[in-house]
Amino acid sequence: MLNINDILETVNMIKQENLDIRTITMGISLFDCISDDQKRLENKIYDKITKSAEKLVSTANDLEATYGIPIINKRVSVTPISLVGACADRDGYVRLAQVLERAANEVGINFIGGFGALVQKGMTKGAKNLIDAIPEALSTTTKVCSSVNVASTKAGINMDAVARMGQIMKEAAFLTKDNDSIGCAKLVVFANMPEDNPFMAGAVHGMGESDTVINVGVSGPGVVASAIKREGFCDFSHLADVIKKTAFKITRVGQLIAYEASKRLNTPYGIIDLSLAPTPAVGDSVAHILENMGLERCGTHGTTAALAMLNDAVKKGGVMASSHVGGLSGAFIPVSEDAGMIEAAECGALSIEKLEAMTAVCSVGLDMIAVPGDTSAATLSGIIADEIAIGVINNKTTAVRLIPVYGKGVGESVEFGGLLGHAPIMKLSDYSSEEFIKRGGRIPAPIHSLRN
Amino acid sequence: MKAVVTVIGKDSVGIIADVSNECAKHNANIVDITQSVLKEYFAMIMLVEIEKIQTDFSSFQGALSRLGEEKGLDIRVMHEDIFNSMHRI
Repeated sequence: MLNINDILETVNMIKQENLDIRTITMGISLFDCISDDQKRLENKIYDKITKSAEKLVSTANDLEATYGIPIINKRVSVTPISLVGACADRDGYVRLAQVLERAANEVGINFIGGFGALVQKGMTKGAKNLIDAIPEALSTTTKVCSSVNVASTKAGINMDAVARMGQIMKEAAFLTKDNDSIGCAKLVVFANMPEDNPFMAGAVHGMGESDTVINVGVSGPGVVASAIKREGFCDFSHLADVIKKTAFKITRVGQLIAYEASKRLNTPYGIIDLSLAPTPAVGDSVAHILENMGLERCGTHGTTAALAMLNDAVKKGGVMASSHVGGLSGAFIPVSEDAGMIEAAECGALSIEKLEAMTAVCSVGLDMIAVPGDTSAATLSGIIADEIAIGVINNKTTAVRLIPVYGKGVGESVEFGGLLGHAPIMKLSDYSSEEFIKRGGRIPAPIHSLRN
Repeated sequence: MKAVVTVIGKDSVGIIADVSNECAKHNANIVDITQSVLKEYFAMIMLVEIEKIQTDFSSFQGALSRLGEEKGLDIRVMHEDIFNSMHRI
């Protein structure tokens, strides 16, 4: 029989330490829906999604009951819509977003991702129209998430797209001003976007994927934080080992759920994303892991090193536990969604400059950061350019999800509610990036892109 | 298919009897029991065969969970594979 302590450890992880499966995301290819007739395109997209994901929610609920582990989100990611609706004009794309919303409501999922474009090197007419449609699409839907890949290590940085995305964020913030500019929480700008990420807002179903696929995102920052606390004072070699072992156990659960979901839905299993994704709940914070390592507050000197070790140890433990690891895998540092990050930002320990440094070693980027509503589009683009450059040069995924909260300034805070949490408005530089962003064109790919 | 029933809470008279009785009512065969009492806290693990249970799995879970609520205990029924996955390679 199983060891009583092992069983109690698992139950305790779920009951006390917020271990959960953060998401089961079904990727659905929409390539077979392509049509130059808008109405036909809309109908085919709606039918494909509602048919493919018909049993996703009920299957996830069954798995949750059988294995006794919460499955928080059930989601769908689709082929980037700019590729599917390439013939559509701006208004046509807005309608496509609304079709995605209707399909999401029909199948009962929490979010649908893929209202996006790949413009790392250049922008097609379709991609341009889609980007123009993003603010209205996000303000007239609640479940649709949007992502735009503006750079890659191979292609360099499309600075025209970076400049445009600053303006798009401003427009989305304005159109959703009555809800604290929540539209921007559903929009992410990427460098080196992964094609199999199950997490929002950046989930898409990549071009090289099969017709449908199941990707699972596991979480569990609370489990890692508790393991470190239990271990007490020890050196870093030992600490890394504790994190690895914990990540292994967490990922094994994800692997089991992914395997079972794939079997029951008769859909191939894609990847496990072993990300430590925090929530605003007490005991579910990545910042508290770093603080349990011995930092007085997340954001103080040593934070980047602590995060680097955490991110690496999580991957090492997880990769042994699953046959396919992918997506964003690592540690997320979204400010508004992490109780420890919120506290650190509120007391001034955590600044946007430190967050930028942390993103060089975490799994994603500047995430869920509220900034003053009067921030100029050029400044937003400047922040995007900085963050994207980190990803391009370091051959990693980076992303930016900023919320320029309309009508609010430094010293005030914003409440998004639910998993999105709340955040103080962070101070940005007082100096302009206008002339820099105005240049446009492309920042060439780095020398190490020439690997052939 | 086997499930693991975990019962955690304050020790009192008749916990094992109550849980076993509920399992018997649903025709769930108990194949192993381990328990430990640390000070006044009680932890019991039961391995039960659920292939022949008379209701569906969620009703069995619900019945035990309600029993837990009545007795002030945390009672969970989980498929054994979650433990096998996590603790065995």
